[in-house]
Amino acid sequence: MTLALLIEQLLNGLQFGVMLFLMAAGLTLVFGVMGLINLAHGSLYMAGAFVCATVAGIVGSFWVGLVAGVLAAAALGAVVEIGVMRRLYGRDHLDQVLATFALILIFSEGARMVFGAQPLWLDMPDALRGHVSLPGGATYPVFRLAIIAAGLAVAAGLFWLIRRTRLGMRIRAGESDREMIAALGVDIARLYTLVFALGAGLAGLAGAMVGVLQSVQIGMGEPVLILAFVTIVIGGIGSIRGALVGAVLVGVVDTMGRIFLPVLFGLVTDPASATSIGSSLSSMLIYLMMAAILAVRPRGLFPANV
Amino acid sequence: MSRVGAETVLNAALAGLLLVAPLTALGLGEPYYANLASRVAILALAGVGLNLALGQGGMISFGHAAFFGIGGYVAGISAQAAFNGAAVVSWPLEVMGSNVMPPIWAAAMLVAGLVAVAIGAISLRTSGVYFIMITLAFAQMIYYFAISWPAYGGEDGLSIYVRNGFPGLDTYDPLSFFLICYGCLMLALAFSWRIMGTRFGAALMCARMNPERLATVGIEPYPVKLTAFVISAMITGLAGALFADLNGFVSPSMLGWHTSGEIMVFVILGGVGRLFGPVAGAALYVLLEHVLGGLTEHWQLLLGLILLGVVLFARGGLVGMVTGSARHG
Repeated sequence: MTLALLIEQLLNGLQFGVMLFLMAAGLTLVFGVMGLINLAHGSLYMAGAFVCATVAGIVGSFWVGLVAGVLAAAALGAVVEIGVMRRLYGRDHLDQVLATFALILIFSEGARMVFGAQPLWLDMPDALRGHVSLPGGATYPVFRLAIIAAGLAVAAGLFWLIRRTRLGMRIRAGESDREMIAALGVDIARLYTLVFALGAGLAGLAGAMVGVLQSVQIGMGEPVLILAFVTIVIGGIGSIRGALVGAVLVGVVDTMGRIFLPVLFGLVTDPASATSIGSSLSSMLIYLMMAAILAVRPRGLFPANV
Repeated sequence: MSRVGAETVLNAALAGLLLVAPLTALGLGEPYYANLASRVAILALAGVGLNLALGQGGMISFGHAAFFGIGGYVAGISAQAAFNGAAVVSWPLEVMGSNVMPPIWAAAMLVAGLVAVAIGAISLRTSGVYFIMITLAFAQMIYYFAISWPAYGGEDGLSIYVRNGFPGLDTYDPLSFFLICYGCLMLALAFSWRIMGTRFGAALMCARMNPERLATVGIEPYPVKLTAFVISAMITGLAGALFADLNGFVSPSMLGWHTSGEIMVFVILGGVGRLFGPVAGAALYVLLEHVLGGLTEHWQLLLGLILLGVVLFARGGLVGMVTGSARHG
């Protein structure tokens, strides 16, 4: 157990957390403003990754692919909002869950028809290849650091957008009283489409960046979606600050648990059972953490409308 | 009263159709369709369980796959232990594996119920969208546990080499197996119809519609809901045990969130809170799966479009559409 390993795993956890934040931010915004549960958010993440991989494969530039992926996800989000989601705002959560579950089936099968069943691979951009050295003698890939930086920049931008701009003011007003801001002359339908497209674009960004680290395939959005749900439940649904704290917490606890729990069990039992107990327990760790947090604070760490 | 009558007629027709269809298929020498009918009965049974929590109690559980999968794993583990002549549990008291259905069912319902006590006790502290996501998260927790715990097959799942038996019947005979599933389904339907007529049923309905009023008359909603959640989980656990025997195989995907979504789809497609809603929903789902699957390999796309259409334009589900009545109570 060296300092280098500890730092490396902390950074891995942070990178995972930042990526989760990009997913969770859209979910929590859409729920906070429109009161909608969107299970199909993972499909937008998948769309961003697929478009990025395809465009990057044709043009030969990751950056063009990244922009295309984000724009495609945002555009898809806007289309879905106008075509489907709009009819669901007044419905109860049960209808929303079922309709967005149906959307997952449609998007997964649609992606299989358009892009084929084979996983796609994205090449890392040349500028972000290579490693930096860490204190303690280890090295760390530049690309993962870039994801952390991009995620934190997006978080800062989002806070600025919501707290300091006119659009953000309208979003916050929409959260607390939608009839009133409609009466004040704000086009609420356009605002909702914009918020949904913004969340979709963030999911697409996360998908495109993660596509470099792992294969781009059908169903890649679903495990991330469920972790994003855990994140916003821990953070408090509707709160961007809660999403950021929750995402980093989930990312770091999950990553550290997977590395260190088997080691900890190794101190008390034989190596074979330590590995199996440790890895089973670590895969359940964030859910146990969520249960513990909710037992104390049933509405999450930062209850909504903050 | 004539509208209530219409639903009763529809229910009887559904129960009759589900019984006659496999008999006809077997008469024509098509045992495949008898197995399809067993599948409908089992999935409907899982839906009947969820309907008690979701329809009657208003608890939108997105984690019933946990109980379905637990039922399946209990059947699989017990059958495997009986096959090897080993004990399932050796401490604090030794429990040998069994390959006879009734004791397996009892064990499946017991384990599913105990897990539901733990999940329900925490989840019911919250409500609304939190409840949906927490039940989902707990089910995922059990799913990941099943994948990472190597003793029961991990990602590969467990095979049931010899289908579990039932005293006096040959469970490999498609008709006998179907009748077992059908009998369980009818018992569960009778039970959930009966329970809604009791004092407990009235309290549960009131806990969904107006918990404050229920508390005012001196009944705490929390234990009522928790009890209903546990019973609901036990019925779904029984369905899981039957499903494992139908397939001869238990895989972690029984615990996955797609399964939770599908059980929910049966209930909503048929009509939330309708007694026979899950039967209609499961029958339609299996039929669509079968028919669309024969048309194109991209049948999931069509299924998704149909589901989306039902949610957007046909509220009240199949039973509501046919009887043309709003849900009462």
